[in-house]
Amino acid sequence: MIEATQTQTGPVGTGSSGSRRLGGLAIVALAILLVFGLVISPPDVVQGESVRLFYLHVPVILVAYTGFFFTMVGSIMYLKTNSVFWDLLAGAAGEIAVLFCAFGLFTGAMWGKPTWGVYWQWDARLTSTTVMFVMYIGYLAVRHLELPPEVRRRRAAVLGIVSILNVIVVHYSVTWWRGMHQGRTLGLDPQIEGASMMFSFFMGSVAFFLTAGWLLLHRFRVSWLVHQVDQEGLALAITERRAEGEGEGLAGSVS
Amino acid sequence: MIRDAWLMASKDLRIEMSSRVLTGQVLPFGSLMLILFGVAVSPDLAVVGDARRSVLQEVAPGLFWLAVLLSALMALTRAFGVEASDGSLDAIRMAGLDPAGVFLGKALAVAIQLLAIEMVLGLGALVVFDVSIAQRLLLVAVVLFATAGISLAGVLYSAMVAGLRSRDTLVPLLVLPVLAPVLLAATIATRDALFVSAEANGTMWTTMLVVFSLLYLAVGILAFGSLLEES
Repeated sequence: MIEATQTQTGPVGTGSSGSRRLGGLAIVALAILLVFGLVISPPDVVQGESVRLFYLHVPVILVAYTGFFFTMVGSIMYLKTNSVFWDLLAGAAGEIAVLFCAFGLFTGAMWGKPTWGVYWQWDARLTSTTVMFVMYIGYLAVRHLELPPEVRRRRAAVLGIVSILNVIVVHYSVTWWRGMHQGRTLGLDPQIEGASMMFSFFMGSVAFFLTAGWLLLHRFRVSWLVHQVDQEGLALAITERRAEGEGEGLAGSVS
Repeated sequence: MIRDAWLMASKDLRIEMSSRVLTGQVLPFGSLMLILFGVAVSPDLAVVGDARRSVLQEVAPGLFWLAVLLSALMALTRAFGVEASDGSLDAIRMAGLDPAGVFLGKALAVAIQLLAIEMVLGLGALVVFDVSIAQRLLLVAVVLFATAGISLAGVLYSAMVAGLRSRDTLVPLLVLPVLAPVLLAATIATRDALFVSAEANGTMWTTMLVVFSLLYLAVGILAFGSLLEES
């Protein structure tokens, strides 16, 4: 990342000493996860090697859910305070959550193939997570609508709050639906037992939360810079129009 | 609020009556869907273990509700499409109408149009899918509450893209994932109403439709003011 230096127009990059430390920690955590997840921890008694995907899959999905929760909190706070900070935070968290959700669905499918024999299963969690994923793509689309910024922020905030409600409704309806046809599909969940397996799982969570935190920080700062540029552009345009107006007024008085 | 809702609903319905989009475009589209679904799922495939029932009959409730949902998208896109030109949305705001009333009125107008669509498509589905109704009361309840759910949630979400050129593509993306539980519940409950299956608990799924409708009724009344402001 570019060194953040304060110039007349503000910082030129999104890096800071704090974000670099966070990024460094994330890299170290990912390296430890690689060693423990792939080498030190033993294969699962039932699932064998595919259990290692769980050290990736579960933390990534947890990050996605946390991101969607952040989007809701940011949206509520934006409607309460009208501060752009919260809107940008909600948007940055939403983007990162969608990215992690896609990664989670992909690793889930990778795990499903050796475990279920198919990439896709009409499992309650898988189905509801996919619907949720599409729903938040819609949320991101609303954030990019060609509307006056304040209107767009307000609509996105309402959507950010309502979407969480909908996630709950979709989750329960799909769970009941699948409950009709079969028992718990995820009885196939591996047993995370033993110190090295537990530690790999813990390290996976730490590594991906740190990575997501680092991404969030940078994404937020990029959004903030874009916002600042828009603001300055607007101020500049107003100043130019005023100058034109004054010039015309002057010309008019001379003639 | 109720008076404003009625004003808004009657205005929207008058526009629809004079434009004839419902009868001229939405209904033919929905009917075409039923035929195309029949072509896609061959009517000759028999359900394994039950030679009397075809796969098409088995999946008829789902196909019917899918056709309704796709037709509903057209009605929902129009619900705010008719306000897009000549600053109509600004006029509604300036008129001092209660935002909750505007929401309820729009939803009511969409619901009435949907009920008309469902009547026609339902009769069509009975004929082309060759199914009969076993529990009439249950079916009426399912239709009423599914319609309420689709209209309330649909109007709330399509208001997000009100007044935009990209609404035609965005309304389906926003609305369909939200209506997934309605499709699910209505399909299972309708299957129970048609075939009286021991597996499908129609009453429980109809209750879910009621809860869904009440939830979106509350959210819409609370949130619509924020959506309508300065849009």
